[in-house]
Amino acid sequence: MYTLVYDGTFEGLLTAVFEIYERKLFHVKLIKGEWRSTAMFEEVVPVVTDDERANRVLAGLRKKLSRAGIQRLYIAHMAEMENEENAIVGFIRYVFDSDQNIEEDYGNKYVMRLSEIIKMVRREKHRMEAFVRFQKLKDETFYSAVEPDFNVLPLLIRHFKSRYADQKWIIYDIKRGYGIYYDLHDTQYISLDFTDVKNAGNVITAFSEDEGIYQHLWKNYFTSVNIVARKNTKLHLRHIPKRYWRHLTEKI
Amino acid sequence: MIADRITEKLNILADAAKYDVSCASSGSKRKNENKGLGNASNGICHSYTEDGRCVSLLKILLTNHCIFDCAYCVSRKNNDIKRAAFTVQEVVDLTINFYRRNYIEGLFLSSGIFKDADYTMERLVRIAKKLRTEHNFNGYIHLKSIPGASDELMREAGMYADRLSVNLEMPTEAGLKLLAPDKNRQDMIDPMNFLKNEIILRTEEKKLFKKAPLFAPAGQSTQVIIGATPESDQQVLQSANYFYKNFNLKRVYYSGYVPVLADKRLPALNTTVPMVRENRLYQADWLMRFYGFNVNEIVNNEQPLLDLDIDPKLSWAIRNMQAFPIDINKADIQLILRVPGIGMLSAQKIVSARKFAKLSLDQLKKIGVAINRARYFIVCKSNEFERRDLTGQNIKQFILAESQSKYIRNTQSQLSLF
Repeated sequence: MYTLVYDGTFEGLLTAVFEIYERKLFHVKLIKGEWRSTAMFEEVVPVVTDDERANRVLAGLRKKLSRAGIQRLYIAHMAEMENEENAIVGFIRYVFDSDQNIEEDYGNKYVMRLSEIIKMVRREKHRMEAFVRFQKLKDETFYSAVEPDFNVLPLLIRHFKSRYADQKWIIYDIKRGYGIYYDLHDTQYISLDFTDVKNAGNVITAFSEDEGIYQHLWKNYFTSVNIVARKNTKLHLRHIPKRYWRHLTEKI
Repeated sequence: MIADRITEKLNILADAAKYDVSCASSGSKRKNENKGLGNASNGICHSYTEDGRCVSLLKILLTNHCIFDCAYCVSRKNNDIKRAAFTVQEVVDLTINFYRRNYIEGLFLSSGIFKDADYTMERLVRIAKKLRTEHNFNGYIHLKSIPGASDELMREAGMYADRLSVNLEMPTEAGLKLLAPDKNRQDMIDPMNFLKNEIILRTEEKKLFKKAPLFAPAGQSTQVIIGATPESDQQVLQSANYFYKNFNLKRVYYSGYVPVLADKRLPALNTTVPMVRENRLYQADWLMRFYGFNVNEIVNNEQPLLDLDIDPKLSWAIRNMQAFPIDINKADIQLILRVPGIGMLSAQKIVSARKFAKLSLDQLKKIGVAINRARYFIVCKSNEFERRDLTGQNIKQFILAESQSKYIRNTQSQLSLF
């Protein structure tokens, strides 16, 4: 059993696959991390990300998977789920070891696992499309702080850009320390410095004048539409798990 | 202060609108054009109330003043409650500002009938028009068709709204006569029929001219109240089926009656909301629309009521044991969809996966099949499939014994037909 250590990038992962085949390392485990040179672990192999090798693997995948299949693979990796590299590498190896396109072979454990990962990522993306709560700032930018379970911000750009085309907005992932900013033309990744504000979720001092009123109206609306006679806490919690509450205007 | 007054209005008019259960914001294909605000496509539930229902649209009445006196409705003329009315601008401002903060997918606007049908409808249309033309708002708009409104206004409504709906209120005409003597079922059917024909016409037009404007792209829906009158599930579902077939409705909503008013024609105030029955009706509705079931297979003269303790597909299966077992690795997808415990997505995955290799019970479980129900009705690669010659009743008992139904605690019986 060899342990491959890669840098966490998609190119790094593809390079690792290259190494596996070239060096015929069939019993491997892939982990993300920094390579520290030490003689203690002889079976640890560092993967040095190499774009050319990564591209060769990608070209091979393109021959055997549909475009959607490639995209799913990329999304699954980008989500940065803990310890799922091996499922992804397992999937890629199954692709190369088969004569036909296997992306719908749900009887296979790697194909099924990838399908589960994609399902979780899509659900989280959909939740963010629902649970983002913009707060209007003095400069007319609409700001929202989120803490998604997985790294889904890049997947949100298309939706928010086409929906809120006429307002500036920021969606900021506090957990991962970066955000997307739309300036009425394009989006870009940004990183904010919150040293003078204690909590990145709370930017009350920068609110526009009518922000408080609309938050108040929304909270009132939320309470008014509830039917007490139908109370169903279990269902409520299944739909909005508690970890999302602190960024939901109506639940604060 | 103005904000206080708006808050009060919002509280009154949202509270009065909440018994309308339609919440869909999907099925439209309105795009954001010219860098305007919003789009309407796949539907998003932005929040959920403590009763577990989704909040997708700003659902309000324009006013709760009403000239009608329908027994089941909180806004009935003779009910002594606070009344309020929004101005056109107030509704527009609320919609835009809620939408910009990503609270909602759009507006669901209904109204009590003040003065007459046309007068009311005209105001609803004016709000939709203002949002679309002055604010370049492309979010979802659901308007109520006011029974008795003129064809001209209905046509205009269709130009701006994504979805239109007329509530049938009671599943049968007799039920409506009993509880809403001022209302006439034909007045509800007329606008529905007009819109159906208009939608067909506009869809044809759209095929010829790509630039032709959208007309109610998310179609029509309706709602019936369940449990206020003694109709059986058979009557409810047959009525729903009739409207699906004849009016191309996108959805029929079933709203379990919440006792809000004391009236000798209605269930008493302490009656519980028939939530289980409502859930079973929705399941049956899904079977009719997506799973290829005929309404008579689900409810019929021998079986006029849905089982409350098991879902309608399982109920059908144990009454039709001759249709099983179904071979997962060979059967047509239409047959696989009839197996209890197998949903739409699982069925599609099964059909894809079995091209590679025959599937076993374990793999089916991984794919997402509810094995505890499905295993009595299938054969697959595993040897552990059911071999005993069980009757439908045996199976029902086994399944109930090992499942912890979310409903066991509050099982309630339906009103009997006397």
